[in-house]
Amino acid sequence: MAAPIAIHLEFGGGAELLFNGVKEHHVTLPSQSEPWDLKQLLVWIQRNLLKERPELFVQGESVRPGILVLINDADWELMGELDYQLQDQDNIVFISTLHGG
Amino acid sequence: MCQVDEDYHDGLDRAEVPSVFKKCVKCKEASAAVVIRAGDTFCRDCFKEYFIHKFRAMLGKNRIIFPGDKVLLAVSGGSSSCSMLSQVQEGLSQNAHKKLRFLPGIVYIDEGGVVGQSVDERVRTVAELQAVFRATGFPFYVVPLEQVLDLPSSVVVMAPSSSEQPASAYKEAVDQFLKSNSGSCLNPKDQDPTSLPVVPEAHTQFLQQLIVSAKTLTARHDLLNTLRQHLLVHTARTEGYRKVMLGDNCTRLAIKLLTSISLGRGAQLAQDTGFSDSRYGDIILVRPMRDYSAKEIAYYNHLFNVVSVFIPSLDTKTTEKASIQRLTESFVTKLQVDFPSTVSTIYRTSEKLQTACGSSSTDDSSDRCLLCVCTLDTSGENSSSFQATLTSEQLSQTKYPARTKTDRLHPAPVELESSVPSGSCCSSGGGEDCGEVESGEGCCSSKEPEKTNLKTLLCYSCHLTIKDMSSVEHLPQYILLEAQRRKRRSKMREEISEFLLDDGVCFRVGD
Ligand SMILES: [Zn+2]
Ligand SMILES: [Zn+2]
Repeated sequence: MAAPIAIHLEFGGGAELLFNGVKEHHVTLPSQSEPWDLKQLLVWIQRNLLKERPELFVQGESVRPGILVLINDADWELMGELDYQLQDQDNIVFISTLHGG
Repeated sequence: MCQVDEDYHDGLDRAEVPSVFKKCVKCKEASAAVVIRAGDTFCRDCFKEYFIHKFRAMLGKNRIIFPGDKVLLAVSGGSSSCSMLSQVQEGLSQNAHKKLRFLPGIVYIDEGGVVGQSVDERVRTVAELQAVFRATGFPFYVVPLEQVLDLPSSVVVMAPSSSEQPASAYKEAVDQFLKSNSGSCLNPKDQDPTSLPVVPEAHTQFLQQLIVSAKTLTARHDLLNTLRQHLLVHTARTEGYRKVMLGDNCTRLAIKLLTSISLGRGAQLAQDTGFSDSRYGDIILVRPMRDYSAKEIAYYNHLFNVVSVFIPSLDTKTTEKASIQRLTESFVTKLQVDFPSTVSTIYRTSEKLQTACGSSSTDDSSDRCLLCVCTLDTSGENSSSFQATLTSEQLSQTKYPARTKTDRLHPAPVELESSVPSGSCCSSGGGEDCGEVESGEGCCSSKEPEKTNLKTLLCYSCHLTIKDMSSVEHLPQYILLEAQRRKRRSKMREEISEFLLDDGVCFRVGD
């Protein structure tokens, strides 16, 4: 069993509109049998944080094209994208580059 | 995704390799933070250097901004234009040979009224941006979009450009600037926050009616872009700026390019997406951010704390099929995920386009579109306005079923009843309108109200936009008045055509 982990989430570029306009979220992910990865985090966000229009944030298993992801200030493309295994105190940022958010 | 794959020949290993250890391709020491293009991974410091260099290189290569030029930065609050502002600040703070040498000012067009922001929200947004602007020390202007209702008709007339500056003039200007060392700083002529223009509610309502009168989101977008650009150009003129910098990045321009094609703006592509745009003559629009992708900008702003203010647009929270602009955006960004060179490929195409109407020598505004001020693409050489009408009529009836779907059965020619009482054009002292035209059928004798049909005054694409409007009565006065003026002019020209020696030479016979 992996212990619960506390992470920091940030939404910007208009993506925050889907979260009641709140940009920063400190969340604790419950313990589960295997370690948390980013793909699971997206599902968790969708179930617990997302207030409306999930299709404007996630598409398929990944984020909507045009939304950038940074893991601890690094491009998620360098970190394994959806397979990245979350660590306690990680900082995950989602920035929309789409017109109007 | 592809970038990473390309580096690992065996894609299956991917998850196992801790890519955090990937090194920066430039310094080859620090670990990478950003993937720019396929394979190009930069560390934080090298990325910053690359980003800053690119801005200066873009301006240096094009040599449009002269030392000492007054340049108005159009800042919308979005990440791209705020990044542009930060790059100008960065450039002005550099030392000696790397220093930018122009005099910047900032303009913010407050569109809150048409995107459904309440008065309170608008005040809050403006206050937030003012704080950003004030920190730069540059003069700034906050202009509510409602002011577009008070524009003079001259906005939609191409002004003669101030003498062409030859390439050699650039170096002279640099030398002169260095010698005089003047203009190190403009006296910041801030707007006093308390004296911000008060927007009458009636104006906001009028503007809302105008936007809503366009039935499709596509047309609303187009209309809003047009009005915004007119206001930007007007502000630049009245405040004494000769260049306006726009924040369009290459992702945005790639989307704009494809959108423009879908909207029938093929003829205007070069002007709409190129580095510089001289359609207004005396004011040149410049796009210095066109080499940056939206991703680069978002990463830079995040990593180096460039403040931007999110402002809702017509697109906010709309689905990807809401408008042609939105659909194109989603098409490009989706393609970009699997084919990372999508944007740059489209963008390179735009670089190959030539400016079609670059330095049109004619000062006759009647060959310019009433709305977008581009050379009319509807009239072939020597074709009369009648032929232009036919052309656009045929095109809009037969070729584009996607558009006509929104139209009713009759292809409603957009017309308006002129509010000008008959004969009034003569009382204005003749001049360009009537002059001493002898032909009896002049405007003086026509007792019926003149009908202004905008169709012949618009390029193909603007014509489509206007067709999507329920009524042109909602258009601002400056556009309607200019339309009437042009109609009167072309009518007169037709009437005296047999007396003209050479086309366009002496149609002002009355003067
Ligand atoms: Zn480096
Ligand atoms: Zn046009």
